[in-house]
Amino acid sequence: MENRHDEKQGHSRRSVLVGSLSGLSSIWLATHWPGILAAQEHAHALAKSGRPATLGFFSPDQASEIEAMAAQIIPTDDTPGAREAGAIYFIDRALTTFDQEKQAAYTIGLKDLRAKTRELFPSANKFSELNSAQQVQVLTAIEKTAFFGQVRSHTIIGFFANPEYGGNQEKIGWNLIGFEDKFAWEPPFGNYDRPNKQS
Amino acid sequence: MRKFSTATQVDFVIIGSGGAGGAVAKELSTSGFEVVVLEQGPRLEDRDFKHDELSIRSTPALVNDHALQPNTFRKTAQEKAQLASAISYGRCVGGGTVHYTGSQWRFHEIDFIERSRWGTIEGTGFADWPITYAELEPYYVKAEYEFGVSGVSGASPFDPPRSKPYPLPALPIKSAGVLFDRGCKKLELHPVPVPSAILSQPYQGRKACNHCGFCEWYGCEQGAKSSSLSSVIPAAEKTGRCEIRTGSYVREISVDKSGRVTGVIYFDSRKQEVFQKAKAVVLCANGSESPRLLLLSKSNLFPDGLANSSGLVGKYLMLGGTASASGIFDEPLNEFKSVMSTRAIEDFYDSDAKRGFYGGGRIDGRWGFMGPIGYALGGLPPDAPLWGTGYKNFVKENFNRTMTCQSYLTSLPLESNNITLDPDVKDAWGLPAMRVTYKDHPDGMKVKQYFLERSLEILEAAGAKKKWGNPVRETTTGGHLMGSCRMGNDPKTSVVDKFNRAHDVPNLFIVDGSSFVTSGRNHPTCTIEALAFRAAENMAKAAKSGSFKSSV
Repeated sequence: MENRHDEKQGHSRRSVLVGSLSGLSSIWLATHWPGILAAQEHAHALAKSGRPATLGFFSPDQASEIEAMAAQIIPTDDTPGAREAGAIYFIDRALTTFDQEKQAAYTIGLKDLRAKTRELFPSANKFSELNSAQQVQVLTAIEKTAFFGQVRSHTIIGFFANPEYGGNQEKIGWNLIGFEDKFAWEPPFGNYDRPNKQS
Repeated sequence: MRKFSTATQVDFVIIGSGGAGGAVAKELSTSGFEVVVLEQGPRLEDRDFKHDELSIRSTPALVNDHALQPNTFRKTAQEKAQLASAISYGRCVGGGTVHYTGSQWRFHEIDFIERSRWGTIEGTGFADWPITYAELEPYYVKAEYEFGVSGVSGASPFDPPRSKPYPLPALPIKSAGVLFDRGCKKLELHPVPVPSAILSQPYQGRKACNHCGFCEWYGCEQGAKSSSLSSVIPAAEKTGRCEIRTGSYVREISVDKSGRVTGVIYFDSRKQEVFQKAKAVVLCANGSESPRLLLLSKSNLFPDGLANSSGLVGKYLMLGGTASASGIFDEPLNEFKSVMSTRAIEDFYDSDAKRGFYGGGRIDGRWGFMGPIGYALGGLPPDAPLWGTGYKNFVKENFNRTMTCQSYLTSLPLESNNITLDPDVKDAWGLPAMRVTYKDHPDGMKVKQYFLERSLEILEAAGAKKKWGNPVRETTTGGHLMGSCRMGNDPKTSVVDKFNRAHDVPNLFIVDGSSFVTSGRNHPTCTIEALAFRAAENMAKAAKSGSFKSSV
């Protein structure tokens, strides 16, 4: 482990892993190895302290814009969505830990979001102040941009990552899809491998 | 664990601790030899393996780190290679066997003699192996018993002959397996249980699989995956004659004036150079790093790299082919539980002239997404909504109702597909980076398309209410690293002999996927481990007979 510790120091490690060598669609995240550990530690410390989550990168104004975007990407309906799951805290933490190099893209993207908001709704000041239908209209206009793609990826990753990363609080994402992380399972695992269904 | 001084001339230095290095270490140490295994990565224990999809996807915890060890990639020698994460391999004690799926298929008889059966293929290095299936069969048995494999002997009508049944019964079938089985039978195909290097029952003091589901790409916290870390390496250490030295990044295999190997130079975890003396060296660094290290080991006697009089070190790289299609079913499959894959077919294994191209493979039924993040970002059909209520509902409905048919396919050996040293880019130790040049043979693209179509038929026959194929793509990344130091009887056309000894250097052995002559059906691990046991047995014989000066 000593050398691993050693290697953590000093390298800019934009490492791209793994996806799937089996050729399936896969995500490719670029991250910092120490950063991701820091993100986890930060989240753990916060959870233990019982303090409310704080923002490290976004201003309150920026946070409300990104949170509104995340809440359109995974909306709240009869079940909780990205807002309740804490997407904004996951993204903020990512930008101060393992995805620091994406800060500039967010800053520029937020300006473009405001510009698009004003272009479509000249009387509006902020994206987050639009009604839901208007927000959908703005996002539809920018859904092919790299910025939207980044916010989408971050929102989804946080929503389905381990809860300690902060974007899947109270396992809201996992509960939505019926995923459980248990140490052990026993057959039958699904409906089709029940003994009476196997033939 | 035994520790050796670097000044001690140990019997063998083994470079790499994966399926090959672990098997060689076990065989040699139990035969009475003193061995030092150099592993560039750390030693992780079962308790270090976590259920954390974000971390395993985004950090090089178990695999090579392209930030430290950059690759460059180009399709042809005419292009300038660009930085790319082309090659992936295990980088911890146990190597790739720590994170692999555990699909533990033997090669078939045909895999060793395809050139004789099929004929020449112009512009390729398509050749028979210098050994047959029958010669390797006892070592397949050995690999299955030493590592621990679960399966059903004789289940496949296409199975090659076996002299001993699998040591463990098959793992329980999953829902994707049942559906795959159903679809295949409707098409009059022959689905069979997948042989898995995962324990279905306790074995040799190890625990059985608990079906936690964090398997492919994850390390097993239970030690139930039959990695070399959980099986042969502890057994080797128990002899008192084997040291596993982690954080050891080898930069040169050294030779004396007579052209015999004297030991290796490696960087320790503080990046200090260390020379370890040895009577013989066994290179098990995988099909990409083994040729790279030989090319790095230039000397007056070996100006083009060690063991490279043929000029073939690094050439004929084969990364295998893949194709996949997914489908959605009415009821929950819950494929996030248990092992990756439980049923497969071998009906399209052999080449068939009627198809009009060389190639074949296996298809298995599986989930295939590694976890909820993988599914939510990459598991939906191309026409599914990307965000909003439609997206949320789609993920909610189908996360547990989706499965994939995954194909593992041949790739042809081409001299133009290879590992070389990049002239410009360096790794974090100042050594030339690995440059990968790779472009599929046209038959490699045709076989992908053929298997994609078969996969869609199986999903249809299984009753999928929706199905889609992932468009076939040219291979630009790989983790099944084969062919780059090929085996053969003629030193002019191969790098190692039939016992994995370098033709040019009597006390150097190269044992990993690099010695493959053809790609099999892109499930290399079982054959790598069998070759390693066979090679090590012969190394032991040669060493006991007094020297490494003559051929075995």
